[in-house]
Amino acid sequence: MSATTTRAVPGRAKDHQVSRALGRRRHRTNRVIKGLCIAATVIGVLLLASILATLVWRGAAGLSLSVFTHITRPPGSDGGLLNAIAGTLIQTAIGTAIGTPIGLMVGTYLAEYGRTSALANAVRFVSDVLLSAPSILIGLFIYQLAVQPFGGFSGIAGCLALAVIVIPIVVRTTEDMLQLISPALREAAVALGAPRWKVIVLICYRAAKDGIVTGILLAVARIAGETAPLLFTSLGNSSATGTLDTPMASLPVAIYQYAGSAFDDWVQLAWVGALLITVGVLLINIIARFAIRGRS
Amino acid sequence: MSTTMSGQNSQNASFGGVQAQAHSAINAAKIAIHNLDFFYGSNRALKSIELALPDRQVTGMIGPSGCGKSTLLRVLNRMYDLYPGQRATGEVLMDGENIIAPDVDLNALRARIGMVFQKPTPFPMTIYDNIAFGVKLHEKLSKAAMDERVEWSLTRGALWGEVKDRLNSSAMGLSGGQQQRLCIARTIAVRPDVILLDEPTSALDPISTLKIEELIDELKQDFTIVIVTHNMQQAARCADQVAFFYLGEMVEVAPAADIFTNPRQRRTQEYVTGRFG
Repeated sequence: MSATTTRAVPGRAKDHQVSRALGRRRHRTNRVIKGLCIAATVIGVLLLASILATLVWRGAAGLSLSVFTHITRPPGSDGGLLNAIAGTLIQTAIGTAIGTPIGLMVGTYLAEYGRTSALANAVRFVSDVLLSAPSILIGLFIYQLAVQPFGGFSGIAGCLALAVIVIPIVVRTTEDMLQLISPALREAAVALGAPRWKVIVLICYRAAKDGIVTGILLAVARIAGETAPLLFTSLGNSSATGTLDTPMASLPVAIYQYAGSAFDDWVQLAWVGALLITVGVLLINIIARFAIRGRS
Repeated sequence: MSTTMSGQNSQNASFGGVQAQAHSAINAAKIAIHNLDFFYGSNRALKSIELALPDRQVTGMIGPSGCGKSTLLRVLNRMYDLYPGQRATGEVLMDGENIIAPDVDLNALRARIGMVFQKPTPFPMTIYDNIAFGVKLHEKLSKAAMDERVEWSLTRGALWGEVKDRLNSSAMGLSGGQQQRLCIARTIAVRPDVILLDEPTSALDPISTLKIEELIDELKQDFTIVIVTHNMQQAARCADQVAFFYLGEMVEVAPAADIFTNPRQRRTQEYVTGRFG
């Protein structure tokens, strides 16, 4: 039997010398590529680590209770970031609250109803373009829409600009997560006599919940650090009015204004603000990671 | 394989249980299929099917992959309506009503014709809610009545003993065989007339398979059952009548014993003796 099989294989008999030489070459190539990968990783991680270390070093130096209890004040008078922190929390929360339901519904439309229809393809394309649009353009767009007509910068305009950034992120993750659900699960619910909307709300959302929540958290992390869309909308405010119809402070805008100033205590506050945002975004990302891990 | 099957006696031995059912009568039709054609786009997947599914008995559907048996199952509960470009023509009469007519209330139809899939499809919720989900779609029950229904259907699904102490834990934590029995119980809970089983044991181990086969035997007292299977021994063990499909045609339907021991068609004989498929 073995004789016939050997003869049946076309070509010359296997040469062990050649195969060993090929094996050595594969190992050499493997070592080179592996080395390059490790080098690239080290460079990337070192850069990130140095940014983070500088941030912690410079930021922690100015960290004190007054940062959280005092609002911004003129240079040399022991100001804090209270209004900026509050402004970022308020605008991020409202921006997410406006953008998330719209994004969820659009994502649901794309995955469940529109699919490959012309309208769905157009919506998907526009949403993807919006996802990578420069955020300053979104600021200008809201400026035209909600600042100029009402005669002034306002916190709510900032919220709207952030909401516009949230929408495409939530659209993309919602659509992707819904598409990951196996058709069998959908059919199983349909086979019990469930109408389509119940299949989506009670089965699909539940099955895709962790992924969708992760997408929302990533959107929150993204808008918490946005500066450009706020420059034309909520502008920044050195006093704490706490109302949405007046200009509103935020951490990124405060950093932008203070970091370039000539006063040491303002520059110091900019470092603290940068540290606060970084830590906040880091926490959100860690939570998102945990949500994903819980899924698998 | 084909050589061992050549003798009539060894064939009977391989399909144990066939003899016991050999002379059981076939009941009147619960569902009567007339001149049914089915199309995936322009591809004609079912060709002029004529078939009666007897009331409260088990019809097994066998045939090589792509022969149309699963397609026929998906016609019976109108699952194909989910997908544009798929359509059926002809007549499928259940208790005299044409269920492939365009004006049929699909959700009500699917409450009468339940389906269990090849892979277990537990919903991402508790065991209790998996059962209650389907019931709530069609009935308004008090908490006590729902508890009773859940216990009843899990008992009929041969799962109650294994899960009664953890009804509120996730169904995803059950084993594959338990998940499939949960899916059967979930289907029963809606109290359908007909249960469609699409290769329900192909993803399960032999022990779980045996449990589900025993369960099918139990259930046929109350339900009309249609089971698609690649396993001919399973068809012989479970089914009262067996239909053999080939290339979109229903080649032959006969009581289970006859189709394995005494098929009328040459293609049937070649398939059941393992010469192709």
